[in-house]
Amino acid sequence: MEWEVVIGLEVHVQLSTQSKIFSGASTAFGAEPNTQACAVDLAMPGTLPVPNEEAFRYAVMFGLAMNAEIGKRSVFERKNYFYPDLPKGYQTTQLEKPIVGAGKVEIHLEDGSSKTVRLHHAHLEEDAGKSLHEDFHGMSGIDLNRAGTPLIEIVSEPDMRSAAEAVAYLKKIHSIVTYLGISDGDMSQGSLRCDANVSVRLKGEEELGTRAEIKNLNSFRFIEKAIKVEAQRQIDLIEDGGKVVQETRLYDSDKNETRSMRSKEVANDYRYFPCPDLLPVVLTDEYVDIIRGELPELPDAKCARFEKDYGLSAYDADQLTQERATADYFEQVAAKSGEPKLAANWVMGELAALLNREEKSIADSPVSAEHLAGLIARIKDNTISSKIAKQVFEVMANGDGDADAVIEAKGLKQVSDTGAIEKMVDDVIAASGAQVENYRNAAPDKRPKMMGYFVGQIMKASKGQANPQMINKILKDKLDALL
Amino acid sequence: MHQLTIAEIIRGLREKQFSSVEITSHLLERIQQLDGQYNSFITVTGEQALREAAAADARLAEGNAPAMCGVPIAHKDIFCTNGVRTSCGSKMLDNFVPPYDATVVDNFLQAGAVSLGKTNMDEFAMGSSNESSYYGPVKNPWDLERVPGGSSGGSAAAVAAQLVPGTTASDTGGSIRQPAALTGTTGLKPTYGRVSRWGMIAFASSLDQGGPIARTAEDAALMLSVMASSDKKDSTCLDRPTQDYTANLKDSIQGLKIGVPKEYFGEGLDSEIGARIQEALRAYEKLGAELVEISLPHSKLAVPAYYVIAPAEASANLSRFDGVRYGYRCENPADLRDLYMRSRGEGFGEEVKRRILVGSYALSAGYYDAYYNKAQQVRRLIKQDFVDAFQKVDVIMGPTAPNPAFKLGEKNADPVAMYLEDIYTIATNLAGLPGMSLPCGFAHNLPVGLQITGNYLDEARMLNVAHQFQQASDWHTKAAPVAE
Amino acid sequence: MAVDAQTVEKLAELARIAISEETIDEVSNRLGDVLQLVDQLQAVNTDGVEPMAHPLDAVQVLRKDEVTEPNRRDEFLALAPQTEAGLYLVPKVID
Repeated sequence: MEWEVVIGLEVHVQLSTQSKIFSGASTAFGAEPNTQACAVDLAMPGTLPVPNEEAFRYAVMFGLAMNAEIGKRSVFERKNYFYPDLPKGYQTTQLEKPIVGAGKVEIHLEDGSSKTVRLHHAHLEEDAGKSLHEDFHGMSGIDLNRAGTPLIEIVSEPDMRSAAEAVAYLKKIHSIVTYLGISDGDMSQGSLRCDANVSVRLKGEEELGTRAEIKNLNSFRFIEKAIKVEAQRQIDLIEDGGKVVQETRLYDSDKNETRSMRSKEVANDYRYFPCPDLLPVVLTDEYVDIIRGELPELPDAKCARFEKDYGLSAYDADQLTQERATADYFEQVAAKSGEPKLAANWVMGELAALLNREEKSIADSPVSAEHLAGLIARIKDNTISSKIAKQVFEVMANGDGDADAVIEAKGLKQVSDTGAIEKMVDDVIAASGAQVENYRNAAPDKRPKMMGYFVGQIMKASKGQANPQMINKILKDKLDALL
Repeated sequence: MHQLTIAEIIRGLREKQFSSVEITSHLLERIQQLDGQYNSFITVTGEQALREAAAADARLAEGNAPAMCGVPIAHKDIFCTNGVRTSCGSKMLDNFVPPYDATVVDNFLQAGAVSLGKTNMDEFAMGSSNESSYYGPVKNPWDLERVPGGSSGGSAAAVAAQLVPGTTASDTGGSIRQPAALTGTTGLKPTYGRVSRWGMIAFASSLDQGGPIARTAEDAALMLSVMASSDKKDSTCLDRPTQDYTANLKDSIQGLKIGVPKEYFGEGLDSEIGARIQEALRAYEKLGAELVEISLPHSKLAVPAYYVIAPAEASANLSRFDGVRYGYRCENPADLRDLYMRSRGEGFGEEVKRRILVGSYALSAGYYDAYYNKAQQVRRLIKQDFVDAFQKVDVIMGPTAPNPAFKLGEKNADPVAMYLEDIYTIATNLAGLPGMSLPCGFAHNLPVGLQITGNYLDEARMLNVAHQFQQASDWHTKAAPVAE
Repeated sequence: MAVDAQTVEKLAELARIAISEETIDEVSNRLGDVLQLVDQLQAVNTDGVEPMAHPLDAVQVLRKDEVTEPNRRDEFLALAPQTEAGLYLVPKVID
């Protein structure tokens, strides 16, 4: 039997407004508990919500970026349930008339293929506070600073068929919201959170299987692992004659398993109804058009432009455009060095490795775009070889000046002096009698391969600084002269 | 001095016939002497009132005093008052002292008014007899064995007993007009959105509206001029400039078209009340008005629609009372569920709990369309009735309540009988229209209220129409027999 | 029309309101009375009538994105039945 996994994602993105969605309290992260919870956020009696204009502008930007319909008349509803981090006893959200309707987005997979994932809708809502489970004499502490932070909940259709597709989709959402600048997208701070609806069915089946909802996945890695392990659990269950039950499950990263959240299993009836404290939000076509006109270049458009303008492969262009900061960095390096392909290789190669090693974002890169461009310029003008360039890069990463300063200080300048290289070639030929003999006796088509030995010896002698193109040319001329 | 109207007090203070401290002390003494029999106040803020009165006198002396400077009033205990316990008539908020003022309270502070305290009310404004208050029932000054109506029973009784010349109140289904009718006072529920709801503890958000109870239409106009304001903190508050509602009081009502809905004079109406209303209508004819029979065909559906919509909204509005951040918390909760179940089970009274359960039912899966959605559709039909009627007439008149003040306990056992008290007032809330009640005589020796319903934002005209009646009659000057 | 005890218990659970065993019959009966009253709505033809959530046809005015609320934690925490370290305390929350 061949199984197919079906995945739909609900992604919650915190919008980076200054104030909350329904109150004038600050949304800044990391404040002392409850210092950013005002009377409205605390649901003090008699207080009333007033929606934040910027939250709507951000939601519309997102909708336009997702090629979605914009809800010209959106309505807030109350979702009723009791939880200590939900002060009003209901969450103000949207249901029947969300701000963003159906849309679609293209995702790019590692094998180079692409796929369209449909957006069901996205709606504005308020975030809840936090329950802190450190022990206060057997009690929990409630911090309501986060209560009322604006969120968009982005609900996909069940269009993904593997954990990898789900991750690619989520990365795409991350990329879009950070490009738009509507969220910092920081998963470690909970700015972007994800619930995954996972079901399995036999390949070829039309009908969807019963789904389980995995809650609160807060890293790309966990999402991938959680989906895989949950899909396998469902397959094993069915193959053993069991049945999947529709429920909410929690991913335990330590044990790499999902478990049922029984406390949430009391069949909830959210009793949604339109919030009578709020009026319909009506947006005009002109308003939407203005926002459309102000949208920045989005990942797909940038990717296409990188392919076209810089002659990059589709894969490279996609890699470079996933994060706006990376794309911006690359474009600076490409412009300043005049070598887009080299720039792409360096940004995705050495630079990515360095950032990964030092756990830094590109914004905090120890090597600036300008310095990297300077380094590439020196490769291009043959001042240094690519190999030496890597050494220079490592030194620059320690903050020891730009490429020219490093090359100068360390004497790493490439030897391109014909006389000096001829001397080194002559010395190596003189010292390699046996290899020269072999070369002479070899069939002509084998000879280019045999040059490697001599090149290696010459590079060694020059401490890697000899210009490789010149070595190749002079060496070949000299060896061929011996034939 | 307690017989003075607000208009007379304003004049007296400016003409230095008496000071604000004098009248404030006099009324505080009167409350202390008499309110034991009415129970119209939950909290009396004597010291604070005297401080405010002294400050008002100073401003009056300076000659730049605002409109109601030095005038004593009282607030229904549904309006949050900074530093003063705001209970909403509930055990749930018995210990709740808000650190903020309702916009209405702030408006009166800005206008220089002096607050004597907080008036009693049905718990969370749910009731028509003021018997559901955690602080005990309010007694009707006209007959201490009878209810003053509700939910603003304390506000109405305090005015009727001349403990205070005017009070703030709120009206979700008749809670200003019905107690005004039962106590012989003048009450006005403005157009929905005319008065800010910020700081007025919510019962049913799309129906709640604050307004004044006073002894005359003129006083109600003076109070509304202060109460009504735009407010950016209330999304549903209308962005209208403040205005002087007394400006048109003296206009002639010659040619006024009064709609008389035939549905308001049928079965269920006390015949003596019916007679008083007809007499009032004749009096209006004498003043030059024209009576036009109209029909509000969906009016019998107002009570059923209301008892879906109001409890549905209330069921969510009252979820915040959970024993976590303020208010009542049960003793030694075993776990989180127990904290919720018992804090709410013990903190709310029976009627409040009943309405929360009804509202939860109307919104629950499988019933939403049949109840909540249906009621909202019917609500539109009811509104349309009024829109059609106001094509033909300027105001609509009829009885405020189907019967005069009833005995304490009489309708307690039967919630539905209690709900029918508001049969003539509820439609106005569903439609969001302004409504008034003013005294128009007596039935069974108890006051009778004439209800005036106006078109949207037509409060100035309604007050003019009421004032003209009061210029030609003296029902509003009849004082309840007070046992001094 | 009476509402059965099971329904009352379900509603009480949704609304988080404890109802004692002794009063459940009375609550059922009274709820039944109210539902009988509101059931009059079922007889009305409302085909094609747009539900009216709000009395006025007003639209929402949005607020500028500005921080206007200062920190008033101490005033608010003082209203709470139980707090510690700047937090509201509740019986243990179990996920």
